[in-house]
Amino acid sequence: MNNSIKYIWNGIVKENPTFVLLLGMCPTLGTTSSAINGMSMGLATTFVLILSNLIISLIKDYVPDAVRIPCYVVVIASLVTILQMLMQAYVPDIYATLGLFIPLIVVNCIILGRAEAFAAKHGAVDSICDGIGIGIGFTLALTLLGGVREFLGTGAVFGQVLQGEDFGMLMFVLAPGAFIALGFLIALVNKIKK
Amino acid sequence: MEYVLIFITAIFVNNIVLAQFLGICPFLGVSRKIGTAGGMGAAVTFVLVLATIVTFLLQKYVLDPCGLGYLQTIAFILVIAALVQMVEIILKKVSPSLYQALGVFLPLITTNCCILGVAILVIQKDYSMLQGVVYAFSTALGFALAMIVFAGLREQLEFSKVPKAMRGMPIALITAGLLSMAFMGFSGVDGGLKTLFGLN
Repeated sequence: MNNSIKYIWNGIVKENPTFVLLLGMCPTLGTTSSAINGMSMGLATTFVLILSNLIISLIKDYVPDAVRIPCYVVVIASLVTILQMLMQAYVPDIYATLGLFIPLIVVNCIILGRAEAFAAKHGAVDSICDGIGIGIGFTLALTLLGGVREFLGTGAVFGQVLQGEDFGMLMFVLAPGAFIALGFLIALVNKIKK
Repeated sequence: MEYVLIFITAIFVNNIVLAQFLGICPFLGVSRKIGTAGGMGAAVTFVLVLATIVTFLLQKYVLDPCGLGYLQTIAFILVIAALVQMVEIILKKVSPSLYQALGVFLPLITTNCCILGVAILVIQKDYSMLQGVVYAFSTALGFALAMIVFAGLREQLEFSKVPKAMRGMPIALITAGLLSMAFMGFSGVDGGLKTLFGLN
């Protein structure tokens, strides 16, 4: 039990995929124009991450070493396809907003990275915990970045208006704001860590 | 004229890296030197055009007629991975000098999301074969352009004094943000061109 909490905490803080490992930058920058979009993307990735970690930790002993990467990719791609179908059925609005970035979860380096670095070496329970930890870490980071961008860009967070109309700097919702906001957030994390 | 429009839009207006956020990993990862950035750009151009042709044919002649559209993601990523592997083997045999130049970048390309992204975009935008190829080629040029300009900026950045917490990734991201802002100056050019060519 202690181990599980350690792995989950590790994923959220010590190995936070966005702020520490700097992985999965494409969805991080591309889908965080608002807090809710960032959170949806984070949860979608978490879904795939937990299941792929589980399945890969179960099949790791039966997969020959030479072809393990293609096998992992097929597992991940299948899970992403399932996710696409589920989202199309139950949350079509969010699916339409996130668009291309849902199928692109397949090539998100976090997922393959965790499969290779963690799930291929640990048991099923530990792997699920790692998936939950990294997933929560990623979701929190995306929600935070989305929240900051939404607030600076429109004066609202999660659609709740906090500042008047004329507060917003539109640039933060557009492409350049993604780079700049993330740059300053990582700098802030670096500063706190010292 | 339509092709000119696709060409200019993909390079400047909807730049794959700076406006659409695809292929950020190599953009941030291998952009320390102009030389390597150029090599990566060339490798991506090569693979992107090939991958677009192959995935286009796969979608139109295998997946669509068989009603297997839902297998798109799996089929595309497998084909791209196999293609990159094949290109590597063929290059090694046929043109060792080109392999020397592009070889190290090829394994990195499989997990470059701009390849899968463009392959899916070409299908989503309902392009014809030729339009798709022009789109893929110009997207890749846009990627190479962004990489090389960014690498140039980062080379200059080496000599400047940066606060400790901002060193490395943060300042690189902020530089990329400024570059992206510069590219925003092109927005609207596509609309102007459309009117000019009388396409609306």
